[in-house]
This record gives sequence, C-alpha cells and structure tokens, in this order.
Amino acid sequence: MNKTLIVISREFSTRVRKKTFLVTTILVPLLFIGLYAFMIWMMAKKDTQDRRIAVVNASAIEQPIKKINNTDFVYTTDSVSQERASDYLTANNYYAILWIPADVMTNAEVVMHSFSQIPPSLEGDIRSQLRNRIEGIKKAAVIEESGLPDLEEKLDATRTPVRIRTLKVMETGESKESSSAIAAIVGVVAGMAIYIFILIYASQVMQGVIQEKTNRIIEVLVSSIKPFPFLMGKIIGVASVGLLQFVIWIIFGGVAIIALQSVLMPGVDLEALRNSADLAQMAQSSGMDMAQLETMKRIALTIDPGYIIGFTTAFIFYFLGGYLLYASLFAAIGAAVDNETDSQQFMTPLSIVLIVALYIGIAAMRNPETPIVFWASFIPFTSPVVMLVRMAFGVPTWEILTSAAILVATFVFFTWVSSKIYRVGILMYGKKPSWKEMYKWLKY
Amino acid sequence: MSFFVARNIVKNYANHRALDDVSIELPERAVYGLLGPNGAGKTTLIRIITQITGPDSGTLFFKGKPLVPADMTRIGYLPEERGLYKKMKVGDQALYLARLKGLSRHDAITQLKAWFEKFEIQGWWDKKVEELSKGMAQKVQFITTVLHKPELLIFDEPFSGFDPINVELLKNEILELRRQGATIIFSTHNMGSVEEICSHIALINKSRKIVEGPINTIRETYANDSYRISIKTGPELDIPALTGSEFELISDQTEGSRRDIILQKAADVPANTLLNRFLDKADILSYEKVIPSMNDIFIKLVKSNV
Repeated sequence: MNKTLIVISREFSTRVRKKTFLVTTILVPLLFIGLYAFMIWMMAKKDTQDRRIAVVNASAIEQPIKKINNTDFVYTTDSVSQERASDYLTANNYYAILWIPADVMTNAEVVMHSFSQIPPSLEGDIRSQLRNRIEGIKKAAVIEESGLPDLEEKLDATRTPVRIRTLKVMETGESKESSSAIAAIVGVVAGMAIYIFILIYASQVMQGVIQEKTNRIIEVLVSSIKPFPFLMGKIIGVASVGLLQFVIWIIFGGVAIIALQSVLMPGVDLEALRNSADLAQMAQSSGMDMAQLETMKRIALTIDPGYIIGFTTAFIFYFLGGYLLYASLFAAIGAAVDNETDSQQFMTPLSIVLIVALYIGIAAMRNPETPIVFWASFIPFTSPVVMLVRMAFGVPTWEILTSAAILVATFVFFTWVSSKIYRVGILMYGKKPSWKEMYKWLKY
Repeated sequence: MSFFVARNIVKNYANHRALDDVSIELPERAVYGLLGPNGAGKTTLIRIITQITGPDSGTLFFKGKPLVPADMTRIGYLPEERGLYKKMKVGDQALYLARLKGLSRHDAITQLKAWFEKFEIQGWWDKKVEELSKGMAQKVQFITTVLHKPELLIFDEPFSGFDPINVELLKNEILELRRQGATIIFSTHNMGSVEEICSHIALINKSRKIVEGPINTIRETYANDSYRISIKTGPELDIPALTGSEFELISDQTEGSRRDIILQKAADVPANTLLNRFLDKADILSYEKVIPSMNDIFIKLVKSNV
C-alpha cells in the first residue's frame, strides 16, 4: 500500500473516530437551528411582567392608553408634581408615572418617570397607542371638515404595491427568473461557510504538525516516508474529514428541506410551481394564499436543480482550493515554530487576509459588481470566499475558470514553498525563526 | 565490499559546515560506534544516512548500490529525541509505524504480537501512549525500530533514560540482532558501552572524521608501550636499578597490600626483560601491557584536535 495512503487513512480515522467529530457534526447544525429559533422566540415572546403605571392626564382625551400585555394604566386624579415623582412612585408602588400634557394634540411630547429602565418594546407600544389615538381624532376632524365620509377608503385605495420580477439573461440567450435577495443570502452563507471551513481545517493541519514536532515523533516518521508525501497525506486526510462532514450536512439539510416542505406545503409540487403560469389556480388547489405561493415560486426559480449542482460543485472546488492553499501555509508555520503560542506571529497576517476576504464577500452581497469585489474574486487568497458570493448572482464562465486556474497554480506553488520550509523546520528546535531565516530554508 | 559506505560527505547549514568531507565504511555485521562530542556532526551524518536530509555533496552506497529512497524500509532508526503520538493507542501506533516501513498489516500484527510477548508487554496494546512511563514508551519505540527486520539499524544514544535493567535488556537485544545478521550504527557518549558492544568505531570532531577502524586496532595504536607490573608490598626495591635505562618510570602507587608500577619502554628491548628483573626481587601479582580505554583515547583525540 502506498505510504501516502497509509498517512491519509491514519489522519482520517483518528479524527473521525474522535468524539469531537461526532459532536461537532451533529451539534453545529443543531446549534445554528437552535440559535435561529431562539432569536425568533425572543422576538415573538410577549412581555409578561406585571406593572402598574400611573397616568396623570392633563389633556382632553379620555383614557388615551389602555392595558398593554400585563401592564395596567391607572388614571390618577391625585395632585402630584413632577418634582415629587420619586416620592409618589415609592408611596404607591407604581412602576412609572406617565405625564400627558394638556397640549398633547399639538405638541405630542409625554414624560415618563421610573426607577427602572423602561423596555424599548413597552415604550414603543405606548408611543404607537398614543399616536394612533391622536391621529384617529385628527383624521375624524379632517373627514368631518371635508364633507367626504368615505375619504379614508378612497385614500386607502390609492396605495399601490410595486413588485419587481428580476429576469437574468443567460449567455445562451434564454432568460431565467431569479430573486437577487435569495441569491445574496445563499452566496453569503456559502462564503461564510468556506471561510469557517478553511480556518478550522487549516488550523487542524497546523496543530497536527506542531504536535508531531513537539512530540518528537517526526524524526521517526521522516525516516520512513519523505516529508513531502507525508505532509500531503496529512493535508488530504484532514480535507477528507471536512468533506465527509460537509456531505453529512448536505444530506441532513436535504432531508430537512424535503421534510419541511411536506409539512408546511403538502400538495405543492416544486417542479410544477416553477413552470406554472397561473398561480391563482394553484393557490386554490393547494389551499395556500397567493403571496406565499409567489415567494415560494421565486425561491424555487432561483434555486433550481441545475443551480444547486453547479453551486455545490463550485463550493467544493473553492473549499478544497482555498483549504489546500492555506493548509500548506499553516503547515509551514507549524513546522517553523515549537509551540502554538509562537505560531500567532506568523498566523496573524494570514488570518487578516481571510477576514478581509470575508468582508469583501459581504460587500459583494450588496453589490457584486464593484472593482474590488471583481479583483478579489481572482486573487487566490480571497477568491474562495469572494467568488462564491459572486457566483450566487451568476458569473461568466471564463471568469470562474480563470479564477479557478489562478487558485490551482498558486496552491501548487505555495505547497512547494511550504514543503521546503516544512522539511527544514520540523527538525529545527529552539529559537523561533525570523522571516529571513525561513526564506533561507528555501535554499537548503 | 563494504556493507555501507559514505564517501566525501559535505553538509552546510546557514552559518556553519556540519560535515566536512566525512567518509565512513561499515563492514557487514559490524556494531559501528559513531563517537564524538556534542555538536560534532553525528546527528547530521545519521540524518543523511537515513535520508531525512540530503548531503550537499558526497555519495552513499548501500551494499554497493547508490542509496535510494526505497532503502528507507531496509533501515531502522531510533533517534535520540524520540516520541510517539500521545493520544494514540500503543498497538495502533506501532502498527502505523510498521506499515510506513513497508510491512503489510497482517505481517505487522504477527511481528508485533511476538515482540510484545518477548518484552512481556502484551497488556499495553490498547493503552494510550500518555499512560505509559518514559521507559515503557522507549520499549515500544525500540520495537517499532527493529520490527521490520532492517538490515541496517541506527541507534542514537539508545540507553539514555533507561534504568540499568532495561539497558541490559536492550544491550542483549542489540547483540542478538547482530547475531541474526544486522549491521548496527551506534551513536553515543557512553564509552563504557562502546567498549562493551562495538566492533568498529569512528570518531568525529568539529565536522571532521579523526579516526576510524576496528576498536581493538585503534586501542592498540594508541597504546604507548607502557607496562603495568603489580607486586605485593614488601621489602624495599631499588626501582632505578630495576628499570635501568631501557624503561622510564611513569607512576608508582601503593594501595593496601598491592603496589602498581607503570613503566614505559624507552629502548627497543623485549617486554620480558622487565619481568625477568623483577622475578626474584618481588612477589608478582600481574604483568600486562597498558591498553588505553576508549574514554582516554576519546579525550586525548578531542583535546589534541582543538
């Protein structure tokens, strides 16, 4: 059996057999779902705290604010002054006092005193109740004055929602309906995933290299197998762990989407939806409302099977390309230092480049056609993230091929450079080398 | 034909020359001691022989053929600084290293089982390396070094970190491997073990080879025609009369009931001359030619090489 294969299988099996692999593979998607669910829950959660707020109403409006969730408003006739607010709050155990001035109709500025920081949602609710009430009174007056009792209905009828159908024109001449908002989300999620994957797995390679060096097992290993095939075996082994994890997630995700679709929209066939011209008829047969179906259709049109396959292929390619580039550099760093603390100095510039790539990727989500985004999608250190975001919006084939070719050429070059540094570095102990010394190692 | 030859090896590092035109020759089945002070270039030479690094110039021959990467599987190397994967199980790890040396999985397992039995460590197979003591880990390393039955074995300071019982065990294993046909390179500072097990030595100092050859020949070469005569203490002796002009007194020490007199030959006379003169004057316990220890030779050569 080829020695590189033996190394690959060790790197793969020791990592996959670890509990952390199982845990991260299952936990990471669950964590994301959980986080998302938690945020939705937090936003949807009602305010359940019991509060009593005293209202000193100097205006002519009768009881302008009514109970909000569990907060009661008590209209008081006690004579209190704003200067004595604190004593009054303590004496009556109120949560707050709300002062509505006499001229609230013309100058809608109210004051609230409280010992607590009033939550923004409660403040917002009070504001909107008061506004609705004042606007209602004013509206009634205007209608009265105009002598048009159906003025409000007439004004409502002037509201005109505007929808934009974006049609992407292909090089082949046909046009395809798509949603740029959905493309942007897909692109940026994929870009972030690539960024995280590269960082996690490239660091794993580096940790492995440092471990072998500090363990002093490396000298035994390189007396059995040459450093270059050994390093390649390690890099490929770790990459296959990443790919396995990725495949598991795709299967998870696919199953989850199919399950969600059959639960939320039974009886809607995505393929039929894509091709259907008459949504109204479909809406009737599936018992869903028009707006929902329309959104669904746009998602289905943007993410069709061809797009999924093309995008997934590009994702895997850029993950592997970017990973190989960074992993070989990280391996060289790992070989050059004696422990992980020392690696920071060399890692920082690389991490900064990766973070810059992520930010350009996010910028590309807003506008995929700026010059900086364009060039960053060719520079191999940023292209894995940036090109992927751009691709979500559609990129000419020649650009993708050029960017891919540059990436391949660069990682071949840097793998060669890194293997030189690696070969020398793994046997050097003691002081931390300078950049200049590492450059010298290239010539050994 | 020599078993292994390194010819005119030169290796430079950034700021110094680690090996300067060094040549060595190993006869088959030799236990070849590679000696020299720290930083002399021993480890660099070993790394070139194991093909961990390449020489800047010079040639290497394994059994008459130029050394190639495939020869890595014919060499077993136990480095001075040695380690194992801490989190990996002993058995898995030994298997991994054996397979990298070209053994099939099946052969590796059979061989490993046999060695584990021999060292009585069968129970360690599923233990993690971090659970082992240093001496225990070194036993595992020794096994992985010799497992693939290499024709050439290289041990760099093999006994450091072992207790005397394990040193003895290891020494016997090394000699046993030699009996089975292996040729051994043995790098060390410990001159006692050199005299005990080496058949040949090379001394390297300051990147150059100073001396090479069979150990007995070298010791003979550095013997300076001194003789030690040990007698029972007793009546006063007229030493100058006994030595005459042919011998020069080097030392005369009395310890308890024994008196050691060391004399160096100054003229070309048979060694028996001295014995004849002492024969009726004193009670002779022993008479021998003084052969310097490797330790003495080592120190002498390194110091004169400054």
